[in-house]
Amino acid sequence: MYVVVAGGGKVGANVTRTLLEMGHEVTMIEQRPDRFALLEEEFGPVVMRGDATEISVLERAGIARPPELLLAATGDDEDNLVISQIGKEGYGVPKAIARVNDPRNQAHFDLLGITQTICATTSVLGLVEHEVPEHGLVRLLELQKEGLEIVEVQIEKDSPVAGSRAGGLKLPGGSRLISVFRHGRTELVEPETVMRPGDQVLAIVSNDSALDLRRVLLGAPK
Amino acid sequence: MKAVVIGCGRVGSAVAKGLLADGWDVTAVDESEDALMRLGSGWRGGFVVGHGMDATVLEQAGVSDADAAVVSTAGDNTNLVIGQVLQKRYGIGCVVVRVLDPARAEFYAERGLRTVCPTQTAISVLLDTVRATAPAPA
Repeated sequence: MYVVVAGGGKVGANVTRTLLEMGHEVTMIEQRPDRFALLEEEFGPVVMRGDATEISVLERAGIARPPELLLAATGDDEDNLVISQIGKEGYGVPKAIARVNDPRNQAHFDLLGITQTICATTSVLGLVEHEVPEHGLVRLLELQKEGLEIVEVQIEKDSPVAGSRAGGLKLPGGSRLISVFRHGRTELVEPETVMRPGDQVLAIVSNDSALDLRRVLLGAPK
Repeated sequence: MKAVVIGCGRVGSAVAKGLLADGWDVTAVDESEDALMRLGSGWRGGFVVGHGMDATVLEQAGVSDADAAVVSTAGDNTNLVIGQVLQKRYGIGCVVVRVLDPARAEFYAERGLRTVCPTQTAISVLLDTVRATAPAPA
């Protein structure tokens, strides 16, 4: 597959190296002369110098072929948004993945139709939440296009559902319990599965019902 | 009628003053407090310090019920993103965005954003002036 990578920082350079090792064809664009010089030593003609938000630079990188994948991985969110928009809307690139540097800008990416994003800060925060059980409901995976998320909930002693059968629970619409992890083993949730304190429950839920699901399983937030 | 001017440099501050003189209720936004000086001591409009990518700053400047917005920060891509946010998220009918790169200005103009490209204007005026004042080559 052909991939254009905008931005030759840690993310861009490492992704490029791995894609090349996997046998893919890559062009990486880097603007800064000092960084470009270092990258050129390692990557040779794979890296080209220029501002990836300039249409002529993207065209020189082969955006019109178009590549199967465009990765906008510069350190600037506005640049990543514009690069993704030009690729998708101007050249019909089927898949653009954008790096979000500041999670506060995520809403702008969503608004402007750049739905595939990666944000290191958000990922780290997710892991932190996972380690802090008081949060109650942990978002493990967001399926943005589908409007669904996979969440994990730890059942506590005072949870309203402790001791109840899964089949008898009044779950919010658009949600379903998938599995419980207890005593080091995972079991799929059946109607006769009884919820017990200490259970880690995996559930799939629509974005707007996540808080309702939390209320059903854990009660009102303390 | 409310107008918001994002980016209060040489261009933005002059546009803000012009709109105020036309009778608009104007709020200017800039990252730097120093930009307030460009608006002059007689500035009767609003002023918010902050980045235009920050929704809190935009809302503080009153974008939710603004009728017009001019985006003229120093960065083309920043202007393009803020302009689209003002248009799509806040539904401002008249959003005008300054873009120095002619190619990007045209690309986004084709997609429904009102872009103004001073570079393209300079190119046209310079060419027209030469054409009008010098004899055409044989």
